[in-house]
Amino acid sequence: MNARHTPHRLVRHGTAALLALTLLASLAQAADTTPAAQLERFSQLAGRPGDATRGQAFFTARHGGEWSCSSCHGAPPTTAGRHASTGKRIEPLAPAANPGALTDTAKVDKWFRRNCKDVAQRECTADEKADVLAYLIKVTP
Amino acid sequence: MSPLPRMASRVIAWACLAIAPAWADDRPSTPQRLHPAYVAECASCHLAYPPTMLPAASWHRILKGLDQHYGVDASLDEATVRQLSAWLSANAGTGRRAAVAPPDDRITRSNWFVREHRDIPSAVWALPSVKSAAHCPACHRGAEQGRFDDNDLVRPPGLTPAQGRAWSD
Repeated sequence: MNARHTPHRLVRHGTAALLALTLLASLAQAADTTPAAQLERFSQLAGRPGDATRGQAFFTARHGGEWSCSSCHGAPPTTAGRHASTGKRIEPLAPAANPGALTDTAKVDKWFRRNCKDVAQRECTADEKADVLAYLIKVTP
Repeated sequence: MSPLPRMASRVIAWACLAIAPAWADDRPSTPQRLHPAYVAECASCHLAYPPTMLPAASWHRILKGLDQHYGVDASLDEATVRQLSAWLSANAGTGRRAAVAPPDDRITRSNWFVREHRDIPSAVWALPSVKSAAHCPACHRGAEQGRFDDNDLVRPPGLTPAQGRAWSD
């Protein structure tokens, strides 16, 4: 048998390929949480459950600035959005349309921090985040 | 062929070979492997612009001001900024195009960018399908892969026949 095709080699190659795939998958989507767990986290911080109706109002309103959340994410955010200044495609934010949405705690925190400053010129409160998450989880295509 | 023209043609051939690497250096090609943090953090909002499109000095100023990044908060944790700084320094433009930092460190205000897009009417930039000069893939089909050749252009939807002349020139 050719040494290049020993079963041992094949297993090793298979393992390496599997490791590479796992790494790629983890890079593409860290997935350390679920949308429901994120809603629960902010509801606890707010001391009340998130309210989807209030979340929708917050999401689609401008808060004294040029943009609303929906300027980039669309209304409803069940289809791909476009960045309001660069035109870049943004994957749908509603988990119903994008299974990868809201599944990475660090990303949820980072984008709330950045985007609330862009839309509301300040960080959002736990109440607002819980409301927006309740809306995003509820909205369907 | 007499000896003199042959020698001349050799000189020209060698001169071309010598110049070729300098041209290559000025091309806005994307490195084959983009840094994962560059893709994850920067390319969420805009194209992963080839780092050769700006000199290192511009990239450093951009990284220092991410909390006010062209009207948007793009702030990052320090560790990620350090990674991006090292990678962008190593891959920044070094050729003729990158000799001068463009105003406001904007790629779109670089002399070469303005020159190469001088025939594009302002109404074209304002088309909903284009939206911004930062939205390269609206016309450059291969932009995501670092290809910006003139012979690989698409006409953005909404272009009038008159506006389209720049595409066929």
